[in-house]
Amino acid sequence: MQLDEFFVTGEPLIYAGMVSIVLVTAAIIFVLTYFKRWGWLWREWLTTVDHKKIGIMYILSALAMLFRGGMDALMMRVQLAFPGMDFLGSQHYNEIFTTHGTVMIIFMAMPFLIGLMNVIVPLQIGARDVAFPALNALSFWSFLFGALLFNISFVIGGSPDAGWTSYTPLAGAAMSPGPGQNFYLMGLQLSGIGTLATGINFMVTIIKMRAPGMKMFQMPIFTWSTLVTAFIIVFAFPILTVALALMTIDRVFGSQFFTLTGEGLPMMWANLFWMWGHPEVYIVILPAFGIFSEVIATFARKQLFGYKAMVWSMILIAGLSFLVWVHHFFTMGAGAFVNSVFSVSTMLIAVPTGVKIFNWLATLYKSKIQFTVANLWALAFIPSFVIGGVTGVMLGMAAADYQFHNSYFLVAHFHYVLIAGTVFACFAGLVYWYPKMFGHKLNERLGKISFWFFLIGFHVCFFPQYFVGLDGMPRRVFSIIPEWMPLNVISTVGAFGMGLGFAIFVYNIYYSYRYSEREKTGDSWDGRTLEWATPTPVPFYNFATVPHVNSHDAFIEMKEKGETTFDEEKVEPIHMPSNTGQPIIMMGIAGIASFGLVFEWMWMAIAGLIGLVVMMGVRSFDYDDGFHVEVDEIKRTERKARGL
Amino acid sequence: MSSHELKTGPLEYRTQQGQMNILGFWIFLGAEIVLFSTLFATYAVLFGRTADAPLPGELFEPGSVLIMTFLLLTSSFTCGIAIHEMRRGSKKGLITWMIITLALGLGFIGLEIEEFIHYAHEGATLQSSAYWSGFFILAGTHGLHVTVGIGWAILLLIQIAKRGLTPVTSRKFFIISLYWHFLDVVWIFLFTSIYLIGMVV
Amino acid sequence: MERNKRHIKKWLAMLPLSLVLLLSGCSQLTVLDPKGPVAESQKDLIMYSIWFMLVIVVVVFALFTYMVIKYRDRPGRGDKDYNPHLHGNTMIEVIWTVIPILIVTALSVPTVQTLFDLEKPPESTASATAAKEPLVIHATSADWKWFFSYPEQNIETVNYLHIPTDRPIEFKIASADSMSSLWIPALGGQKYGMAGMQNTLYLQADEQGVYDGRNANFTGEGFAAQTFEVYAESSEEFSNWVEQAQNSPELTQDQYNKLLKPGLTDRKTFSSTHLQWVNHGTMAGMDYAIELHGEAYEKELHLKSGDIEIDATDEE
Repeated sequence: MQLDEFFVTGEPLIYAGMVSIVLVTAAIIFVLTYFKRWGWLWREWLTTVDHKKIGIMYILSALAMLFRGGMDALMMRVQLAFPGMDFLGSQHYNEIFTTHGTVMIIFMAMPFLIGLMNVIVPLQIGARDVAFPALNALSFWSFLFGALLFNISFVIGGSPDAGWTSYTPLAGAAMSPGPGQNFYLMGLQLSGIGTLATGINFMVTIIKMRAPGMKMFQMPIFTWSTLVTAFIIVFAFPILTVALALMTIDRVFGSQFFTLTGEGLPMMWANLFWMWGHPEVYIVILPAFGIFSEVIATFARKQLFGYKAMVWSMILIAGLSFLVWVHHFFTMGAGAFVNSVFSVSTMLIAVPTGVKIFNWLATLYKSKIQFTVANLWALAFIPSFVIGGVTGVMLGMAAADYQFHNSYFLVAHFHYVLIAGTVFACFAGLVYWYPKMFGHKLNERLGKISFWFFLIGFHVCFFPQYFVGLDGMPRRVFSIIPEWMPLNVISTVGAFGMGLGFAIFVYNIYYSYRYSEREKTGDSWDGRTLEWATPTPVPFYNFATVPHVNSHDAFIEMKEKGETTFDEEKVEPIHMPSNTGQPIIMMGIAGIASFGLVFEWMWMAIAGLIGLVVMMGVRSFDYDDGFHVEVDEIKRTERKARGL
Repeated sequence: MSSHELKTGPLEYRTQQGQMNILGFWIFLGAEIVLFSTLFATYAVLFGRTADAPLPGELFEPGSVLIMTFLLLTSSFTCGIAIHEMRRGSKKGLITWMIITLALGLGFIGLEIEEFIHYAHEGATLQSSAYWSGFFILAGTHGLHVTVGIGWAILLLIQIAKRGLTPVTSRKFFIISLYWHFLDVVWIFLFTSIYLIGMVV
Repeated sequence: MERNKRHIKKWLAMLPLSLVLLLSGCSQLTVLDPKGPVAESQKDLIMYSIWFMLVIVVVVFALFTYMVIKYRDRPGRGDKDYNPHLHGNTMIEVIWTVIPILIVTALSVPTVQTLFDLEKPPESTASATAAKEPLVIHATSADWKWFFSYPEQNIETVNYLHIPTDRPIEFKIASADSMSSLWIPALGGQKYGMAGMQNTLYLQADEQGVYDGRNANFTGEGFAAQTFEVYAESSEEFSNWVEQAQNSPELTQDQYNKLLKPGLTDRKTFSSTHLQWVNHGTMAGMDYAIELHGEAYEKELHLKSGDIEIDATDEE
């Protein structure tokens, strides 16, 4: 392979990207070296097994990915603003919408939510870490190396360009030769393995490690949403694993699963993809529901309305999510009967979702609503999501879907649910739990400015897209006709509004780091659940003494009784896991193996695979049993943190 | 993270970490079931799409597949005995029966490889048609699992020889026994849906 | 540019309007301005659902506004109307579970009915003509063009088609390579075209006119240019056109093979169809294009937005 084939050439935007990558990398290396921080980085972060730090790393990576996906979106909106735009060529546009979709779903939405779960769930159930801390680190590194692998494609080898759904035969070796599509396959495969491990990890954590007394139906609602999500992950991700593996084998080893030759069956990809893909949608929306429930209850200063109904509707949604995949291709010609069945099952999802909406509204009834930034995001979710939800039901009506399918009506719908649902939840959750993670709140005034920019920008951007879709504009075109221009211009303006909102959000992180008041208690918002019972910053062992839980607003009860998580009488030595470098090394090797497979350099792939097996062996022989935190140290830490 | 240890019950269940690992592995097996189900579904959908390659009925022969089935079923049984020996506290019994198990597993893998080479000679390879892609990947994934299981068990045998029966080593052995039985169950489905049906149709 | 300005005005007039007015303005949107019975039935279904959705949206928005204004934490509100321990009410929860179920039922019935109707040729419409046999047209997509074969008339067109009004059209949709989707929004919803599988889609035009049709499913670089125009005309005009087309040169296999090569092409008319050699919708025909042009799919077109418009004007 020639060097000019290895690097992507000929695009000024990409040259700029290369330069900035080199500069940023150099700057990071310089700063770390100059301030002698390499050791610190390795000890405190790269080898950590602490769920809070892993969560923070997830969230930071997700924010970076949100930036990348957002830049993709803005470039697309510029190209689509006017007919005859010469900003992006067709090929470049196709690469950008493909990476936008993939990055946002796989490398932004999921890691962001998993990051929040990591930080919060063990704290909410009174645990000192997750069930398998090293595996948790492994999950993170698999995600990060998967994300890096995917993102590097835009300077090396070329980005995938067959859409985030990568329908075959288009995405097969015959029609999409070269490494681009392989980057998609290996990037997703690598991070998918980590996600599966996360699912197992959180299931065991939540089932086995709850504080004494905490029954299943006393768990905080975010924990419940995590548990349900973990179930979906465990049962949906293996399908993705298989689908990706089959396409990889098709492309690299010449099998005939999804090919046009050898009597392959390209339509099977769409089925496998969506059998994972639809549950995946709920993987990113259920935790969002959990976050909104926590935030709304806290700032309505009121117990969540209909707790059991909320839980059961999540379980029902999770179950239904496996039974609706065909609605992504009603137009494939499966016949009226099949379409009818999937049409009805799709619309049925509206029932539990509707129940949840009404429960949130009822939570506001007879409450005292505080309009903090976190709550603004949560409240804005309700009306925005309803618009996305009702148009979703319309899409579920198969006969009408023949007209909506593949159009901007669909694009508007899924952005309405994914942004108003997932992205708002990520922001709400981040703002809400920010003081727990970093020891200070985000500035409320800047937060409000960024919120309004983002919210208004969001509606301005996506509401017109419903109409331009009904006017016959299909998704994924890089060029528009004059009839579609006015609505597209409006949309583009809105997109830049969202971009500005995000920029202010990021600036707020810096601003608050400099100027925000430091937290003195652990209870920043007069919270209801156990995470607020810990001091801030949270000691690495979380709870000096784990409280006995009797209700799902455990911390409210503790405050009434005057209890804390530091009962000096009951302090015992705490057993904690040791840090380990194995996860990052193992996944680094897996990343190299995947990179080899992307370029079909078998020597590299095989060497990586051997390395991976060796690392597993090393892991198997590792009998490090962790260490104990002594009572004195716990008492010292807690007294200091609590100002006693 | 609790370090409290129970004094009774099977060794592998005595620590909380042990219980969690075993539960986690059960959940992992749930994911494995989904994985194999997807492969089975793929195979079923591609059934009949043989293109120019030979039909399965022409290639499948009952003989060696029956021997493979016998080997794997027996190995599941000997694996059960190994765990029984472990519960009795017999390190030697565990090791002996586990080695027998692995030997049977190796026999299975050897025959499967021979099978695959035979099919390839007859013109049925991974590349020759959608059906054969489905066949080789489904059977191959199972075979790969057995191979990984053998490698893993060898590592555990070394550990148990060095450390004896502790809550940790016995937990590890218990988990691999679950894995081994699981592969046996998958093979029964494989045998029925690929070979029996393939020979009849 | 004149065209642009007119549309800007149209939209500017619509934008600030309220939801209801917006819906009446929607009659200008292609999907909601049907030109045939299939699109009509889909539009009816869409409008029927939109009314339900509007009611839901209005109810939720009203409740939301009420809650947010009434129960906001304002100075001096005290604990009036504040009940932090309110945790549920079975009666009301049952009510708001049952209502969505009723709505879903109300939406399911016409959906299922329409679904089954769409699998049959549309019933004859108001024009009082007796039910006519559908006109069969094979629509085959290839990267990035459309072939329309009329087996009865023995003609084939590329990137445009003529249809008679008031007569059902039975599209037999397939693809030579990537999965595509035949969509003529003014006449009705879409269906996929796939290699190795043939889909049937019934459409019909009641009004004469020229309608935009396109591939709606992403097929790669030339996707945005994979469009065609549909000329719906009276049966006499259609017959005239058919006669004219039958005088065009025959399609040779060689020429067809060249046309299949990935790339853009102009309109073409032939007095024979490619179906005599290959039907891409069958298992036997599914690898035809890929065996022929396997290498050609690697080539980039370097397509820019401006190129597409030039193409469109060329064709006029």
